[in-house]
Amino acid sequence: MFEIRIHSRGGQGGVTAARLLAMAALHDGKYATACPFYGAERRGAPIVSFVRIDDKPIKVYSQIRQPDMVVVLDTSVMDTVDVLHGLKKGGRIFINSAGKREFSDFECRNVDLTGIALRENLVVSGSPILNTPVLGALARMGIITAESGKLAIREMFSDERNVKAADAAYKEMSA
Amino acid sequence: MKKIATGNKAVAEAVRQAAPGVVAAYPITPQTEIVEQIAEFVTGGLMPTRYIAVESEHSAMAACIGASITGMRTFTATSSHGLLYMHEMTNWAAGARLPIVMANVNRSLGPGWNIWAEHTDALQERDTGWLQVYVSTVQEAYDTILMAFRIAEHNDVLLPVMVNLDGFLLSHIMQPVDTVELGDFIPAIYLPYAIDPKHPAGYGTLTGPDQQFKFRWDIERSMRDSVKVIEETGKDFSKRFGRNYGFTEDYLCDDADVIVVAMGTLGKEAEVAIDLLRKEGIKAGSMRLRWLRPFPKLNLKGKQVVVIDRDYSFGRGGILATEIMAQTKEDLYSVIAGIGGQEVTYDDIAGFVRTRHMGKEFWFGVNAHV
Repeated sequence: MFEIRIHSRGGQGGVTAARLLAMAALHDGKYATACPFYGAERRGAPIVSFVRIDDKPIKVYSQIRQPDMVVVLDTSVMDTVDVLHGLKKGGRIFINSAGKREFSDFECRNVDLTGIALRENLVVSGSPILNTPVLGALARMGIITAESGKLAIREMFSDERNVKAADAAYKEMSA
Repeated sequence: MKKIATGNKAVAEAVRQAAPGVVAAYPITPQTEIVEQIAEFVTGGLMPTRYIAVESEHSAMAACIGASITGMRTFTATSSHGLLYMHEMTNWAAGARLPIVMANVNRSLGPGWNIWAEHTDALQERDTGWLQVYVSTVQEAYDTILMAFRIAEHNDVLLPVMVNLDGFLLSHIMQPVDTVELGDFIPAIYLPYAIDPKHPAGYGTLTGPDQQFKFRWDIERSMRDSVKVIEETGKDFSKRFGRNYGFTEDYLCDDADVIVVAMGTLGKEAEVAIDLLRKEGIKAGSMRLRWLRPFPKLNLKGKQVVVIDRDYSFGRGGILATEIMAQTKEDLYSVIAGIGGQEVTYDDIAGFVRTRHMGKEFWFGVNAHV
């Protein structure tokens, strides 16, 4: 089982990102569950959501304590939240950031999703949309296939700019 | 077709397909998504349903009773305090033999103010004459709502059915769900004693001491008859749609020395604990109870039993443990865990089995054997 924890702020679409990721995994022929952390979510507050992907049905409902991967949609949460908490040794990190970051014991990749969203004019109520471009980045990291990522995005959103943004994130990911 | 949906959305989709004539409901966390989605279906013309937005849960059940008494298929959904606010009317629904289907999203009761999963809400409705079933996956929630309409409306039953799903853990999780082409799986509703508003008649006049017990016994007779109807409905569901549901879901029970009994998502997570224990050489199995009413005959002979209750009856014990103790003489270890959404992992469940103190009760998190 592959377990992912997504860090974002309320309103940035972290829960939708989890949902899209689960939908994409389903298209890949896998089993997946996605859930938010069940608290009192507030706009702007740091939140986490979880995704589990496996080859067999998933029977676990308790929270992910030792994720295989951590996704950070907003680096500002790192000031107050230990996003690496419980991350398995050798675990993987994706950070929405223009600058490359290094963490010992972990493999960290980054793409400037915010820049891509602004470039594609993917902005809702003044906030850049991060939950569709992040699928391109995660496809590049081999978590889902790029094709399934696009299928999932198109199931949920009719605006093709979402797919274009995911494509851009796939291409821009640093090697 | 396989989709990703929350437990709440899956319930709403099943209700859309069952197409009740009336849905009357009042929102409450964590159930609100069910009635929001149904209201959207109705306003979007996707359901031939009259949606009655009422001012309270008591009125929601009263409106369902009024509609059902005319022979109409009815549905409502609630949770926690909402369910208990209905309590007078839930008794009436069963007493009047009305096949209302309700989704209850299990949630703790205040105070302390808590919106997370616990089974005490539904278990306080245990003796009302409603059939009660507890589900453990989004797929099972969807499938069980479909079966619930057929079981409730079967003329050998004619009792309301409550489908229970764990608050947040199941109501808000997103999982794959395979929706079905319903066909004629749920036959058209026929109530033999329905009131025709065009030819009004009075029911429910004063019932004397020489009559009341007969009506009560009649509910119990139908409750017993419902066992066969539940089995038949499960068989036909499996034949048509390929998924099997019994009174319990048994996992590696046959050769087990110790069996974990639980309801809802804890019962599903227990299967992961069983895999862990088996690797350690402990012959453990899991029996997830689906139907609490009618209560099935559990095959626990010769086994040690570890019961996990996400509920409690003060001054007596875990409600599920008490029910099982009334049926079996086997050694039992009663664990109280998951109250008010308390986090319980498969590691914790495996721990309950490893350190079991037969004949004792254990409150998880309090760490005291009493």
